[in-house]
Amino acid sequence: MKRFPFSAIVAQDEMKQALLLAAVEPALGGVMVFGDRGTGKSTAARALAALLPPITAVEGCRFCCAPADAGTCPDPCTSKRSVKRAVPFVDLPLGATEDRVIGALDLERALRSGEKRFEPGLLAKAHRGFLYIDEINLLEDHLVDLLLDVAASGENLVEREGLSVRHKARFVLIGSGNPEEGELRPQLLDRFGLSVEVRTPQAIEARVEIMRRCAAHERDSLAFTEEWAAADAKIVRRIARGRTRLPTVETPDEVLYDASRLCMATRADGLRGELTLMRSARAMAALEGADTVQRKHIIAVAPMALRHRLRRDVLDETGSTLRIERAIAEVFG
Amino acid sequence: MTAPSSPVAPMDDAALALRAFALCPSAFGGLWLRGPGPARDAMIERLGSASRLMRMPAHIDGERLRGGIDLAASLAAGRSVARAGFLQEARGGVVVAALAERITPALAGSVAQALDQGDPAERFGLVLLDDGAEADERPPMSLTERVAFVCNLAGAQPSGVADWVLPEPVTSLADLPACSMEALRALASVSLALGVDSGRALRFAALAAGASAWLDGRTSVSDADLAAASRLVLAPRATRMPPPPTEPQAEDDAQPPPLPENEGMDGNDGEPEPPSYSNQDPSQDKDRVDDKTPDPDQLIAAAAAAIPPGLLAQIAAGRSRRGTGSGGGARHQSPLRGRPLAARPGLPSGGARLALIDTLRAAVPWQALRRQEGGDGRRLGLRIMKDDVRVRRFEARSASVTVFAVDASGSAAFSRLAEAKGAVELLLAQAYVKRTEVALVAFRGDQAQLLLPPTRSLTRARRALTELPGGGGTPLAAGLSMVCTLGTGLLGRGYTPLLVILTDGRGNIALDGSMNRAAATDDAMRAARTIAAARLAGVVIDISPRPRAEAAAIASAMQARYLPLPQASAATLSKVIGALT
Repeated sequence: MKRFPFSAIVAQDEMKQALLLAAVEPALGGVMVFGDRGTGKSTAARALAALLPPITAVEGCRFCCAPADAGTCPDPCTSKRSVKRAVPFVDLPLGATEDRVIGALDLERALRSGEKRFEPGLLAKAHRGFLYIDEINLLEDHLVDLLLDVAASGENLVEREGLSVRHKARFVLIGSGNPEEGELRPQLLDRFGLSVEVRTPQAIEARVEIMRRCAAHERDSLAFTEEWAAADAKIVRRIARGRTRLPTVETPDEVLYDASRLCMATRADGLRGELTLMRSARAMAALEGADTVQRKHIIAVAPMALRHRLRRDVLDETGSTLRIERAIAEVFG
Repeated sequence: MTAPSSPVAPMDDAALALRAFALCPSAFGGLWLRGPGPARDAMIERLGSASRLMRMPAHIDGERLRGGIDLAASLAAGRSVARAGFLQEARGGVVVAALAERITPALAGSVAQALDQGDPAERFGLVLLDDGAEADERPPMSLTERVAFVCNLAGAQPSGVADWVLPEPVTSLADLPACSMEALRALASVSLALGVDSGRALRFAALAAGASAWLDGRTSVSDADLAAASRLVLAPRATRMPPPPTEPQAEDDAQPPPLPENEGMDGNDGEPEPPSYSNQDPSQDKDRVDDKTPDPDQLIAAAAAAIPPGLLAQIAAGRSRRGTGSGGGARHQSPLRGRPLAARPGLPSGGARLALIDTLRAAVPWQALRRQEGGDGRRLGLRIMKDDVRVRRFEARSASVTVFAVDASGSAAFSRLAEAKGAVELLLAQAYVKRTEVALVAFRGDQAQLLLPPTRSLTRARRALTELPGGGGTPLAAGLSMVCTLGTGLLGRGYTPLLVILTDGRGNIALDGSMNRAAATDDAMRAARTIAAARLAGVVIDISPRPRAEAAAIASAMQARYLPLPQASAATLSKVIGALT
């Protein structure tokens, strides 16, 4: 059965936009998706991973090293041949243990032959791909800390059980959760690059469309994906163009100034907000095919980049999106 | 308006659900069966005669679930012995989860992930046996989301279950009759009216309507099928009562011009066949199968009638469904973190990690002896037996829950409630630091009400607290017994509850609801002594302007602290409670 195509997902434009930005600029630091269940969060993330062109990796490397990085992992990784692999998509289950996430001593080998060998975990599997965590707000805090740390540094450092291992682990972290079932600590939230809020569409037509497309996909997934192949291919081209353009996108001083003013007006905590705002605006510009970052790019990404960094005020019940919109109106008139 | 069908007996719907599930198990995911009893046992037995059942205990550990190396067997054999995981073994069969309401979020996460697997051939069905007595005792939402049908079987009779005809699974979903655009519009408006927001539920509903038509031997979807889908899939997931059907807005949206042609994928069949099953669908004789225009209002009314009564009470109380609950955290003694303790013999499973050094230390003294006994001198390496293996242990603290019981009676209620509300929000705002959860019970009039079940979520708390009623008599006894029940339950689930009672101690409504001060005081004292007997820690905060003896008496019966705070403000309260936890 073919995967549900990315372009066939009804509505949820902000989430799709955020995922595309993260695909263009993985250094953004992940996307946090807030919302009810059954809003197509994991479908969208999976579809995007399936959409991207395969990656080249050293043959036989358990850590999926790119040929240029050969030998940087704990494996021998000496093969001169390279193979194509699909972009990894790892779905981290809530019950995953620390061992399974970061990797552990290969118990069997240690006990039988005394060999100290590292058994890669899910972080190694997600290298150069996506790591999706449903209900991240219910995950044990120490695991979330660990994941965000690795996502930010791009490297998994294991120092335990007599092992001292480091390997590359660069992935786009996608977390999802419903704030009504428990909240994520603000410190952790702050470390996500972008955050979006999703809701099932409240219009009848959109809901009918959801049911129609799901049914069509289930009846004949092959024909359905073919129907959407052209739209999907267009997205692939946009991402590829965005990636090549990104390093050359210029950031004029007045746009930097705009970003600072906006952050001051929203009173977003910390410098990370400003950095992410700039980075995502650049990714937005690259995705849209612009040579320089403009104010409209800043405005377009501001809600995603700042929403989760606003200081929580117990007495102010205004939604964070509204507060950012107000700040935009205030700063840019 | 008229109801589209007579009330449907629960067992007829259950039969439809079971048959539809058997028809396409991988598409429907499974069943959620509420309420223990003979009917449910009979259904499981019926299902077991058609497909392979695997029972999953709630305490199953991660190793068994995923499979991997069987350490004990590997050590004994001297080579690696692999063992298939439970979920792998379950492929193509049906997993029956007993005591589903006790499933931990962690286990639910692993099962949900396995349920989402791409290839339908590798999927398994899931039957959740939910014995939850309380309305908020439910299986984790990550699982209930992924099963299509919900049946409430409490008190149902199992007569005739053995005779249900379970169909063979269809090879492709394309064999099922498709919903027309009108049918989809009708289902969409039902989902909107009931506040069902999950895309999965929408998908299940459309499929269920098709399956119902197929089972009835028809090639197009009729009103009866849509009604069945609404009852079985949408109604149990309702989060609000539908608006009155005469609302003009709803009519605009919900009544499209009727199209003459069935627009489905294989909708070239103009003439629907008459139903061939005569004894399965009691409503079919009332429904005209040639009626091509489903009336959303009737469907909504039918679905609303099928909303379980417990759910209604919850909606009325303005509470959303309790999700996977606790907000994770240190609910169990963690094998992963906390204060380290000495290693202990045992196999590394269920998250416990091997203490390698201790294992080797235990094995080393025996090496010479084992080499001699083993006889086989060529085998290199250490000889480690199962008894040598040590695992690490840690001591973790369980999360604490602060349970507020607020006297919301009389004239002073308004300001007291406001202060309690403020204190709850202040505590929650820093809950992630102290890892505490907060619950709130208010008592007024003739009863106590659980306004906020234990939560760490500020969003939820704020919503539950916006409409806090005040005024009326003081049912102190009812309030105390409710916090006692709540506290004992929390204690049983591994939390450390702290009861904070804000009252002046002057109850005037007895447990039976009568206005009798003497009986009320007796009942309150009895409830307070029960709290003491249950060993629940607590504090009584006397909020009357001139503290008198009553509240102190309650406190001493509860064996709790007594704090007179005539001018309790939100800030003082949260400071006092912060010092106690």
